[in-house]
Amino acid sequence: MTARFHDTFEALKQKNEGAFVPFVTLCDPCFDTSLKILNTLTQSGADALELGLPFSDPCADGVTIQAADQRALKAGSTTQRCFDLLAKFRENHQEIPISLLVYVNLVVVFGTDKFFAEAKKSGVDAVLIADVPSCMLTAGEDFEAAAHRHGIELVLIAPSNTDDKTVDFIARHSEGYVYTLSRFGITGTDNVFGRPVDLIAKLKARHSAPTLLGFGISTPEHVKIALECGADGAISGSAVVKLIEKNVHNEAAMLEDLMLFVRAMKAATKKA
Amino acid sequence: MTLLNPFFGKFGGMYVPEVLIPALTELEATFVEAMHSDKFKAELTDLLNNYAGRPTCLTLCRNLTKGTKTKIYLKREDLLHGGAHKTNQVIGQALLAKHMGKTRIIAETGAGQHGVATALICSLMGFKCRIYMGEFDAQRQRPNVFRMRLMGAEVCEVKSGSGTLKDACNEALRDYAANFTNTHYMIGTAAGPHPFPTIVREFQKIIGEEAREQINQAEGRDPDAAIACVGGGSNAIGLFTAFLESKVPLFGVEPAGLGLETGRHGATLGKGTEGIFFGARSLNLQNFEGQINESYSISAGLDFPSVGPQHAYLQETGRAKYVSVTDDEALEAFVLLSQSEGIIPAMESAHALAYAIKMMRQNPDKEQVLLVNLSGRGDKDIFNVDSILQQRGFFDKDGHIMLDRINPQR
Repeated sequence: MTARFHDTFEALKQKNEGAFVPFVTLCDPCFDTSLKILNTLTQSGADALELGLPFSDPCADGVTIQAADQRALKAGSTTQRCFDLLAKFRENHQEIPISLLVYVNLVVVFGTDKFFAEAKKSGVDAVLIADVPSCMLTAGEDFEAAAHRHGIELVLIAPSNTDDKTVDFIARHSEGYVYTLSRFGITGTDNVFGRPVDLIAKLKARHSAPTLLGFGISTPEHVKIALECGADGAISGSAVVKLIEKNVHNEAAMLEDLMLFVRAMKAATKKA
Repeated sequence: MTLLNPFFGKFGGMYVPEVLIPALTELEATFVEAMHSDKFKAELTDLLNNYAGRPTCLTLCRNLTKGTKTKIYLKREDLLHGGAHKTNQVIGQALLAKHMGKTRIIAETGAGQHGVATALICSLMGFKCRIYMGEFDAQRQRPNVFRMRLMGAEVCEVKSGSGTLKDACNEALRDYAANFTNTHYMIGTAAGPHPFPTIVREFQKIIGEEAREQINQAEGRDPDAAIACVGGGSNAIGLFTAFLESKVPLFGVEPAGLGLETGRHGATLGKGTEGIFFGARSLNLQNFEGQINESYSISAGLDFPSVGPQHAYLQETGRAKYVSVTDDEALEAFVLLSQSEGIIPAMESAHALAYAIKMMRQNPDKEQVLLVNLSGRGDKDIFNVDSILQQRGFFDKDGHIMLDRINPQR
């Protein structure tokens, strides 16, 4: 395992700050611009990056990320190209923790073992498989063992409707962080988010990895609320991707918007 | 932990976001309890018999087989209320939804038959109903769109992706993930995450149970083959289940579309590769990295790039054989059955029939008894077929269909 997520959260704790983690789809809108986007997010203050592999049928995502996946695929993205992009980014950014958010078909068709090996080689710290729930983690194919063979942390998702036994499991098994759901449904900024205070408390009581709150987070105010709920940080996806969509033909404006957005969101993580 | 085994060999499973697990677990528990409840079973049987019209009859073709020693028996699911086998299992799932206290039902539909079945049971039992249907499918199956709306369902035409069944499935899953507290997702085929493949099979197996008894009464023996079309695979698993322990050869017929070699088909079992899509490990039509491809078929109900996990398992073990017929072969069977027996089959079911006709033509002197699941009626297809025949110039000057020209492979 790498120590990047652990060290980052420790350092933030020292500074009394929460984490701000932006999400984008890799190779959206294309390889070259995507690399610049990753650079900009990092330089603007992102504490970690959560990055999606484009998929034809992203059933846990709303319209914004569906469109991002389509743009990336149309621009010729493949899983291997995404790994190449990550490796290139890593050359100049050794510190920042990176997690990959993927759909399981991309893992098993690539070859599960090869997938984690390539992820490791390209500098990925953690992988979150959106459609592998905790009960399927080792049931059919052992994704956990495969991740561990290659020193990759496996992030699990915790929704607030999950039973205590599953919370126990997630607290024990989720590595790097726990992706905590602010509400039910799919990604997107259309719905307000909930405040899963109880869930976060339960995870903390069970000494889970740090919790990042996601789904529906699009303003600095949301980030503050996430921290008030007890989360260790917040993830914002669709709101970031919308800035790419809006400026898809104007790269300079896109990078400028992303910089301003990340700065504002990061500023909101600094507790008084 | 699940109560029932979520796998069929290595296939199946419940590969969905964590947020949906409590809903699937609740559904499984309700189903297991219902299967042990005499009250539930009595309620189900009452609706199947007195609302849907079970048992459906078994019809021996009188003219189609002339000049051969083949006998073709049709299991007449086309006569079921709603016009297809789909009604069998929506009754079962609607009763489960009622037991779970759900007030809203959502479903995906390809040909619109499952949408119609869902709409009718929702109207009967007082559920709010929303049907997801690909934009392209809604175009080619217009009559069913109106039938759904007539019965009070909201039809949501899905524009994303290819505008067909897989996109409707994605959209329904998204709705389910947000609304499962009051909503039941009534999956229309024996696919998707556990427990759906098992639930749908158990509610559809009545097809094969009846048919096996009926054919034994007529012939004094089992058939020489049982044949059904396969999209997701619910009518096929419904027919096959009663025969699984026997030696009767089972044939699942997939859509070869414009031909397997063209890449424009929906033959998932024939040409697909292993992966995890729509909640289960199965075979998919996909590229080398697992991006799901668009399938193609003249028949909207078979136009799906994945297949129920139990079929993948039955193919792997060799218990069932999966074959395919082209658009043209199915179209010929569609017209042939209409002209020779006065029965208009669904374009989906015409695929199963086309394979039986192929077996008949290959061995005209062989005495054989073939059981075909006529899973639905073709009223929904008539406008589409009419325009295809017009376009290809298959009507003569008197307006008769030139049957011999439809299938060049004959």
